Amino acid sequence: MEKLLELLSSNSSFTTKELALMLDEPEDYISAQIKEYENNGIIKGYQALVNWEKIPDAMVTAIIELKVTPKRETGFDEIAKEIMSFDEVSSLYLMAGAFDFSVFVNGKTMQEVASFVARKLSCIDGVKATATHFMLKAYKIGGVSLDDDNNASDERSMVL
Amino acid sequence: MIDYDNYINETIKQVKPSGIRKFFDIAVEMDNVISLSIGEPDFQTPWHIREAGIRSLEKGKTWYSPNKGFIALREEISNYYKRRFNVFYNAENQIIVTVGGSEGIDLALRTLVEKGDEVLIPQPAFVCYDPLTYMAGGKPVFIETKAENNFRLTKEELENAITDKTKLLVLPFPNNPTGAIMERKDLEEIAEVIIKHDLLVLSDEIYGELTYGKNRHVSIAEIDGMKERTVIVSGFSKAYAMTGWRLGYLLGPEPIIEQILKLHQYGIMSSPTTAQYAAIEALRNGDDDVAIMRKDYDLRRRLIVGGLNEIGLTCFEPLGAFYTFPCIKSTGLSSDEFATRLVKEKRVAVVPGTAFGDCGEGFVRISYAQSLKNIKTAIKRIAEFVEEVKNESKG
Repeated sequence: MEKLLELLSSNSSFTTKELALMLDEPEDYISAQIKEYENNGIIKGYQALVNWEKIPDAMVTAIIELKVTPKRETGFDEIAKEIMSFDEVSSLYLMAGAFDFSVFVNGKTMQEVASFVARKLSCIDGVKATATHFMLKAYKIGGVSLDDDNNASDERSMVL
Repeated sequence: MIDYDNYINETIKQVKPSGIRKFFDIAVEMDNVISLSIGEPDFQTPWHIREAGIRSLEKGKTWYSPNKGFIALREEISNYYKRRFNVFYNAENQIIVTVGGSEGIDLALRTLVEKGDEVLIPQPAFVCYDPLTYMAGGKPVFIETKAENNFRLTKEELENAITDKTKLLVLPFPNNPTGAIMERKDLEEIAEVIIKHDLLVLSDEIYGELTYGKNRHVSIAEIDGMKERTVIVSGFSKAYAMTGWRLGYLLGPEPIIEQILKLHQYGIMSSPTTAQYAAIEALRNGDDDVAIMRKDYDLRRRLIVGGLNEIGLTCFEPLGAFYTFPCIKSTGLSSDEFATRLVKEKRVAVVPGTAFGDCGEGFVRISYAQSLKNIKTAIKRIAEFVEEVKNESKG
């Protein structure tokens, strides 16, 4: 039922009834399936997609590239655990390429984020280098365009 | 002052403007309207197909194409119809590329119909068959298909409509606006009648790629004895989301195509060159795109049909195209009132069934060529509307 996951990840507000209709399955089967996904940790939660730009004094977000020296026994995982233990970190990915971790950090101001990087992240054992990139504007998140005009306009004409 | 009325052709003056437009005009005046009234895909043309068009322009392919269309495209159309629908047409002399399916319908009707000929048109149906038959000098004869037959054309209905003047049957399946399809057994039944009365068929298969459930579209040309008396009209608009490119085609017996070519040649010359290059790419590498869009339509179809039935707007299961045709009689409103009030009060645009023939009274056409999100919102609004209408009549 990957289609179920696809639909939920595109819009978690679909009701069980709607999902059952779309997927042509009984409602109780859909509920059971969702329960199972939740129990197995396949579905980890449900969040709203927020366009924070519309909120005054909203958070700033930075993506921080980290280069680290993996530990002999535990590789990257132990360092990852340490990084993700900070509340400021909203997402964390291990990357292939020029750096190792991509860390998404939220803060009230750029100074706050900068100080978090300098005082906390950089000091983690094994971190060799950091590069901080501040996000300026979000256009699309999780497959959804944040452009209200773009969502509203239907350019199609009625021809017949 | 010139009295233009004296100069305009009398036949043209008799043609009524399309009934679909009116609701669109209301809708564009308002904000935040969800349009379930439009008869074209909400998808954009897949990128690789657009790119093929762009590439042809970059290479300077800006000349006319041959009258019948590029041979490379006609060969791809030939392969495609064989591959998908198991009917073979010779690229050399049985295929002509037209400006959309619409031009194809017009050409076929004008080539086949003579003054006084009766043309059978099952209704509800797409709006152009009637005026184009009339313009060709023929007499449109409507056959009312019924909700209880899932809006399929039955052999009895066909038989009853035939007179000694009948020449041609227009066969618009998968159907706009009802979403009805004709299965192989349905086609076999009407084929007997068609052959018995020696009629020709204009089979409009523009929605042929969009059928749901286990049945794929069957072309009537595949039924024994029918290919020689069938002209197929189809195109790229619905299957590949290429409406704006304006490209369709006709498939038929050589002697008919040969005559049709003259009309096309003098009236249109040739179909758009850029669109033809894009269409070649669509037929060569577009099967997956079609499958993805079909799956998406199918989800929406089930969501909307389930939603409408729950609201009490009973809806037979449409198995083709991207329309549902719910019955709105339970609201006590006419189709026109329902559609007008729905767009004004709840900002959801649908088309009254009467736009597709008088027998569409009591129904509306709802297109699900719209995002799931908008469909979800629209169903909610329609439910509120129906509830409010019910309460009015109680109060």
